[in-house]
Amino acid sequence: MSHWIILPIVLPAFLAPFIVLAARYHIVIQRSVSLAGVFALVVVAAGLAWQASDGTVTLYQLGDWAAPFGIVLVADRLSTLMVLLTAVLAFFVLLYAVGSRWDYRGWHFHALYQFQLMGIMGAFLTGDLFNLFVFFEVLLIASYGLMIHQGGTVRLRAGVQYVLYNLLGSTLFLFALGAIYAQTGTLNMADLAERVQLIDPSDTVGIRIAAVLLLMVFAIKAAVVPLHFWLPSSYAEAPAPVAALFAIMTKVGAYAIIRVYTMIFPPDLEATAGLHGWWLLPAALVSLAIGMVGLLAARKLDRLVAFSVIGSMGMVMISISLFTAEGITAALYYIIHSTLAAGALFLIVDLVRSSRADLMLTAQAPVAGSALTAGMFFMAAIAMAGLPPLSGFVGKLLILDASFDTGSVAWIWAVILISSLIAVVGFGRAGSVLFWKSQSVAVDPGAEVQAAPSPLSYVAVGGLLALLVAHTVLAGPMTRYTSAISAQLFAPEPYIATVLDTPGKLSDPYSDTDEEEAH
Amino acid sequence: MEFLVASAIGVLTAGGIYLVLRLRTFPVIMGVSLLTYAVNVFLFASGRLTVGAPPILSDGAVAYTDPLPQALVLTAIVISFGMTAVVVMIALGAYLGGDDDHVDDDTKAPAAEDAS
Repeated sequence: MSHWIILPIVLPAFLAPFIVLAARYHIVIQRSVSLAGVFALVVVAAGLAWQASDGTVTLYQLGDWAAPFGIVLVADRLSTLMVLLTAVLAFFVLLYAVGSRWDYRGWHFHALYQFQLMGIMGAFLTGDLFNLFVFFEVLLIASYGLMIHQGGTVRLRAGVQYVLYNLLGSTLFLFALGAIYAQTGTLNMADLAERVQLIDPSDTVGIRIAAVLLLMVFAIKAAVVPLHFWLPSSYAEAPAPVAALFAIMTKVGAYAIIRVYTMIFPPDLEATAGLHGWWLLPAALVSLAIGMVGLLAARKLDRLVAFSVIGSMGMVMISISLFTAEGITAALYYIIHSTLAAGALFLIVDLVRSSRADLMLTAQAPVAGSALTAGMFFMAAIAMAGLPPLSGFVGKLLILDASFDTGSVAWIWAVILISSLIAVVGFGRAGSVLFWKSQSVAVDPGAEVQAAPSPLSYVAVGGLLALLVAHTVLAGPMTRYTSAISAQLFAPEPYIATVLDTPGKLSDPYSDTDEEEAH
Repeated sequence: MEFLVASAIGVLTAGGIYLVLRLRTFPVIMGVSLLTYAVNVFLFASGRLTVGAPPILSDGAVAYTDPLPQALVLTAIVISFGMTAVVVMIALGAYLGGDDDHVDDDTKAPAAEDAS
C-alpha cells in the first residue's frame, strides 16, 4: 500500500503546528517552511496525478480497516487533478502573500494557510461522505481565520455573515448525511453507489430528500444562485491572497457535485431523475446571468471580481448539469481555467488597491507600476470574460458544443452568449476607468509617492497568467485528459471494486492473516 | 417514542430557523445552536431508536444499537461547538468594532458597504 496519497493531507497538518509552535515570532522561518511545504505539495500532487493518469485507482485504507468500515482515501484521475490544481494555485498565491507582505499584517497566516490546504486536499481525496463533511469543516474553520486576517470592522462583519452562512450549510450537510445513513446504513461513497441502486423504487422518499439536501449543500459551496449570497461580501472583503485561494473553494462544491452525482446518484437513477435537468440547470443559468449582471453593476473592483466568480461558477454548473461525458469534460476544463483566472484577478485587485485610495471604479491619478498592472488586468479580464485567444474562450466553446444536442440548447446558448457580452462590457468599463482614464487625471503634487508593488507579487500573478496561457496552448492534451477523467467517472465500476474488494482488517472476520500485514 | 423524538427535532429546527431569521447576532447564534442540537438528535436517530441495548459486543446481549451514529454525533457535536465558539468571537469583534450587531448588510446606509 502506497503512503503517498495521504501526504497532501499529512504534510500541511504537520507544518501548521510546527509554524505555530516553533516559529511563532520568526516570519522568515514561517515563510520558508510554508513555501517549501507548498512546493513539496506541488511535487507530490504532480506525482499522484502522473500515477493516476493511466486510469489506475489507488486506495489508501486508514488503519488498514477495510471499506466500508474504515475511512478510505481514493486517488483517481479527478481527485489527483484537483489536488494538483490546488497545490499549484496555493504556491503562486503564497508567493504573492509573501511578496506583498500580507502574511505579516496579522497573526498565524501561514499556519492557517496550511490548515486550509489540508482541508481542501482531504475533501478532494476522501472516499467517505462523513469524512468529506469533516474535511469541509477543516477547510472552513481555517478559512474563517484567514478571512478575518488583519481584522477591521468591515472585514469582521463580512466574516460573521460568511461563518453563519457556512454554519447553516454544515447543519444542512449533517441532515443530508443522517437521511442517507438512515436509508442505506453506510456513508462510504462506493458502498453507497451499490446500495442506492438496491433501494425499492416504491420507497424512495428518504433517499430523494437526502439527494436534494446534499445538492443544496454543495450548491452553497459552489455559490449557485439562490445560495450565493455569502460570496460577494466575503470574497470582496477577504485579504487578497485569501480570496485568491478561495477561488478553489467554490470548486470543492463543484467537485463534490460531480463526484456524488456521477457515482452515488447517477443521471440514470430513477429515484433522482430530473434533479439536474429541472433544478440544477435553471439555477446554473440564473447564476451565470446574475453573476455577469452583477459584474456590470459593481461599483468597486473587488465586488466586480467576486461577481465574475459567481458567473464562472454558473458556467461550470451549466456544463455539469448536462451530466453527459462531453459536459463533464468541458466543465473540468473550465474549472481549471476559472480557478487560475479568478485567482489571478483577485491578486490583481490587490495590486490595484495597494497604490490607490480605494477600489471605487473612478478615475484616479496614475501610480507607480500601473502599466504592468493594467496589462495583467487586461489579460486576466480577457480570460475571465471568455474572449479569444485565452482559455476562457476554449472552455466556453467546449460548453456550447457539449450542450448542442440537448433539449435546452436555446436557453443555454442564449444565456451564455448574452452574459458573455455583458461581462465584456463590464470588464471593459472597469479597465478603461481604472487604467486608461487615470492618464487624464493630474497627479496631486502634494500626495505621498506610493512604492510600486514588489517584483515577487508580479512574479506570482505572472505565474498564474502563464499557466492560463499554457492551459490555452495545451488545450488539446488537456481536453483529452479531462475526457479521460469523465470516461472514468461514467464507468465507476473499477473505482467501486477497488474500494470494496481490497482486503483489509474486518473484510473477512474468520481470517486474521491480514493483521500481520498492517505495517 | 418515535413521535416524541421527531417532534423534538421539528420544534428545535423550527425555533432555530425563526431565530436565525431575526438577523441580530445573539438570536442568530442561539438559532444556529438550536439547529445543531436538532441535527445531533436527528443523526442519533438515523441509526434507529433502540432502548437499553449496548452499542458494542457484550456477553448475554440479545439486541444491539447501531454504534456508528453515536460516533458521528460525537464528531458533529465537537465540530459545531468549536464553530459556535469561533462565530461568537468574530461576532463580538464585529460588534465592538462597529457598535452594531446586525448580521445583514446595513439597510440604513446602502452606500456603506461600498465605501469601506
